[in-house]
Amino acid sequence: MAQIQLENLAHSYLVNPTKPWQWALKPMNMTWRQGGAYALLGPSGCGKTTLLNVISGLVTPSHGRILFDGRDVSRIPTEARNIAQVFQFPVVYDTMTVADNLAFPLQNRGVSKDIVAARVSQVGHMLGLEPIMNRRARGLTADLKQKVSLGRGLVRSDVGAILFDEPLTVIDPHLKWQLRAQIRRVHAETDVTMIYVTHDQTEALTFADSVVVMYQGEVVQIGTPQELFDRPAHTFVGYFIGSPGMNVLPARIEGDRAHIGSHVLQLTKGIAATPPDAKVEIGIRPEYLRVERSGPGLPVRVRRVDDIGRIKIVHCELDGLPIAAVAGEDAEIPADHVVLVPEPSQIHVYCNSHRVE
Amino acid sequence: MQKSIDNRAWFLVAPVFMLVAFNAILPLMTVVNYSFQDTFSNNQFFWNGAQWYVELLDPRSELGERFYGSLGRSLAFSAIILAIEVPLGMMVALAMPKRGAALAVCLMMMALPLLLPWNVVGIIWQLFARDNIGLFGWTVNAIGIPFNYTNSAISSWVVIVLMDVWHWTSLIALLCFAGLRAIPDAYYQAAKIDGASRMLVFLRIELPKLQRVLTIGILLRFMDSFMIYTEPFIVTGGGPGNYTTMLSINLVKIALGQFDLGKAGAMSIVYTLITLSVCWVFYTIITMREEKEGAA
Repeated sequence: MAQIQLENLAHSYLVNPTKPWQWALKPMNMTWRQGGAYALLGPSGCGKTTLLNVISGLVTPSHGRILFDGRDVSRIPTEARNIAQVFQFPVVYDTMTVADNLAFPLQNRGVSKDIVAARVSQVGHMLGLEPIMNRRARGLTADLKQKVSLGRGLVRSDVGAILFDEPLTVIDPHLKWQLRAQIRRVHAETDVTMIYVTHDQTEALTFADSVVVMYQGEVVQIGTPQELFDRPAHTFVGYFIGSPGMNVLPARIEGDRAHIGSHVLQLTKGIAATPPDAKVEIGIRPEYLRVERSGPGLPVRVRRVDDIGRIKIVHCELDGLPIAAVAGEDAEIPADHVVLVPEPSQIHVYCNSHRVE
Repeated sequence: MQKSIDNRAWFLVAPVFMLVAFNAILPLMTVVNYSFQDTFSNNQFFWNGAQWYVELLDPRSELGERFYGSLGRSLAFSAIILAIEVPLGMMVALAMPKRGAALAVCLMMMALPLLLPWNVVGIIWQLFARDNIGLFGWTVNAIGIPFNYTNSAISSWVVIVLMDVWHWTSLIALLCFAGLRAIPDAYYQAAKIDGASRMLVFLRIELPKLQRVLTIGILLRFMDSFMIYTEPFIVTGGGPGNYTTMLSINLVKIALGQFDLGKAGAMSIVYTLITLSVCWVFYTIITMREEKEGAA
């Protein structure tokens, strides 16, 4: 059981990082609650895997500390941490049977035979591996191999957290759901902290209670799927979560009014003055833009309408800037000019990409 | 699709057939031809039936004694060099630097012996191991161990085995190195998390993953060492006595030294059959393993 705290944690693969891009992980403080199911979401190269490897100890962070239940483990080697990790490509010990694979981490730690046998059969049962316990791991399918490597983590009674590094990448699509559901079920049964790295938002949102979004080595938001959708703390979150992503438009803020070019939008409340050289933008999700034929709002030109069944995605242009809106499946969309009416409470203001209240 | 039958298509395989015929089948048939005949001189040949084979495979005859003796030496030589080169090559591969300039230097140094012609290797060791002017031979004698490959069976074997190890261990090492490089990092990371010792990492991860390259490496080294001719011929000439007369040296002695074409022919055929059957065993092992992996 473990609560994992990161204190001023940062990592660079260079000795003396000076520029922002030289940090694989920018300084961060956060706490992973004991027993939580977290998803670590972000595009390729954003530092997800580095963060995971820092937590598991495969990478020693260049700055800051990691605490497991208050104990500093920053310099403790992987095998001495109560952590297990499941990798993108299933790792099994080919020449050993499934049962021996599961027993391996315990045998290496000198656990007595009876306990090993009991734990192995318990975990085998939990993961539904019983019919293949005596088969060699070499010939198993990718999803079974992935279960075996998950099992090697679960079998240790001291494991407080299991880290998953895009574990479903090589699994057949129809088995992905099944395996993910099984991981969820194991989480419910065992109360182990789980951190699940993925770049697939559906996977993240269906797996986790809490989604941690990373962008360019920085944690930009931690929240429930609903929070990420309704109050994206960073323009990247708005863009990455939701399909289509949030519309982000350059703007100028004066009190409770936002100026986009020559157009003005009314905000629900005033925004404190932004620094003069800051990049100011507003973000509106396509779901909160109503398509009207005329009236007050943003007059736009319709470029394309994608009918994806339940909804229509209307791609428009506002003074040359792309902007998308979502309309119902029965909505009649005029061919050229429409007005997009935003929901005032859902207009977010971003200063240098971070949300301001 | 309906396939039309046209026997003229045979002409299309004719060039390949001719090529194989001229460089493999015809020479082999010549040897087969000799192995069933006897000759005295003047290109006069007499039908001898299977008599050469009977003599060759009878350990009590003079020819049989020589055949079994040299076959035993060839097999022993292959076994010894495999027993040294395979573990040594694996150790070298494990100890090699993983990247950078050190790796480039290492690869080049290891490739060097592989590039030398066999007779050059033979001459190098012929000189290197001499007890009077060779650095190696002189040093061994100087520290009090009598060493002279021209009159001691043990010394001569030490030289030819050392020479082969020097010449070919790199091959196994390079194959293993390539095999090791193909193992994803995740395996090592998982082993760390599972708390496996270095020994277990080797036994449970590296060795199983090296199986395939090792099979090929062992096959190559077996065939090559079983057919070895040039190096022992140059260093020891098969001596002292017959102690380093391998099958190939014996064959040349009979065929070109004594001009016993019939005996040499019979021996060549048996030699070829042994080589082929060992190849077949290895091939079967490799394909069976691949089928097992493919089916699973």
